[in-house]
Amino acid sequence: MQTVKMVVTGPFNAGKTAFIQSVSEIDVVATERKITAEAEKVKETTTVAMDFGRITVDDDLVLYLFGTPGQKRFDFMWEILSEGMLGFIVMVDSTRPETFREARSILQTFRAYAPTPYVVAANKQDMPDAWDLDDMRLALRLDPKVKLLPCVARKRETVKGVLLELLYSILAEMETGEA
Amino acid sequence: MALKGNLRDFSITQLLNLINLAQKTGQLVIEGPGETARITFRQGKLAYAQIGAEDGSLAYILLQTRKISQSQYKLLKERTAQMSDKEIGLLLINAGYLSQDAILTSLQTYFVGIIRRLFTWVEGFFRFEADSLPVDGKITVRVDLENLIIEGSRQLREWEQLQEEIPSLDMALKFSERPGTNIRNINLSVEEWRVVSYVNPKNSIRQISRATKMNDLEIRRVVYGLIQAGLVEIVRPEGAAPRPQGQQPRQFPTNDKGEQKSMLNRLISRIRSL
Repeated sequence: MQTVKMVVTGPFNAGKTAFIQSVSEIDVVATERKITAEAEKVKETTTVAMDFGRITVDDDLVLYLFGTPGQKRFDFMWEILSEGMLGFIVMVDSTRPETFREARSILQTFRAYAPTPYVVAANKQDMPDAWDLDDMRLALRLDPKVKLLPCVARKRETVKGVLLELLYSILAEMETGEA
Repeated sequence: MALKGNLRDFSITQLLNLINLAQKTGQLVIEGPGETARITFRQGKLAYAQIGAEDGSLAYILLQTRKISQSQYKLLKERTAQMSDKEIGLLLINAGYLSQDAILTSLQTYFVGIIRRLFTWVEGFFRFEADSLPVDGKITVRVDLENLIIEGSRQLREWEQLQEEIPSLDMALKFSERPGTNIRNINLSVEEWRVVSYVNPKNSIRQISRATKMNDLEIRRVVYGLIQAGLVEIVRPEGAAPRPQGQQPRQFPTNDKGEQKSMLNRLISRIRSL
């Protein structure tokens, strides 16, 4: 059996666990704990080590999805999780501009770990307070070539869309490298 | 859609950049520490600005920019109470007191001054009200934002450097163990003394900032200065394991490009079928 992996990263409460849960064929192996920091109590639990999801492609190939812990104090896990990834997805909560700077910092950190293709998923685009993609692109200082994709992590179709766009980018990069 | 958030994480410079690039028209309302600023933009250019309790009238702005004296200001306020700024401006030009250029320069100086004050705000909430413009009768200007953004970026860079140096305010400080250093012989500012008095591994920098009523930028500046002077050290949290070093592992289980492509195509097919 051959395996490949992708990493889903992003700031605290960006929707990484929900994203993986939407497409994983197994119950996500989540390592969640009750949140202790007052400032981060926008939800009850948070991922402290990693989330782990699986998509079996065929008899010979499996895709693993790893979600990184969102809280900064667990960032020592990021490099370990990024080892050998095909590419990565940066989840950003479209309704929380206060997390945009952190999202950019995480993006740069992962780029430093591995120069693999990546896409940015603008999560919670179904919320009334969600920022427009154009405004988010400016705020996140994303190059026009970087794919910024609308996403609702609990809706499988949009999650599929994000994963496919990442795979298209990986394929395109591979073909460019061969040219 | 909503363009609102918190200055703590989305700076004035970033907002100006966004407004400039998107050529937005509307009013940016910023509720800062103790006062509110209302900045109007037309097609990405600064058009008008008003802050706090300052009345923002033309007469007030001319006084602030020293185009008229205090007595002229009083006279102007008394005699033109029912007139709009545009009417007052015309009156002054027609009477030969001021040129149109002088009035516009005054307005630009005043509005840009407000933006400069905003660069010092690191806390507060903002919202952008699209297509909202100043009330009729106000004189607007057209100031390119690029230079202001560059100026604000310099401040932001300082802020980012400080953040890099002092990544978390949840860390504590302790006095450096340097025998022979007598802190009483060192010239410290009032702010530095206030911080020094709270230096103790039990107190987080955030707690010190609250006790000394300093904002994040101010406390970082002071702490950075104290660190540079070798007086204090940041007490790092325990248990931060060093990152493992090593070769970048393979992304694909095979080195054959053809097989890699095949894997990708199979992955694409599988995701599509989910």
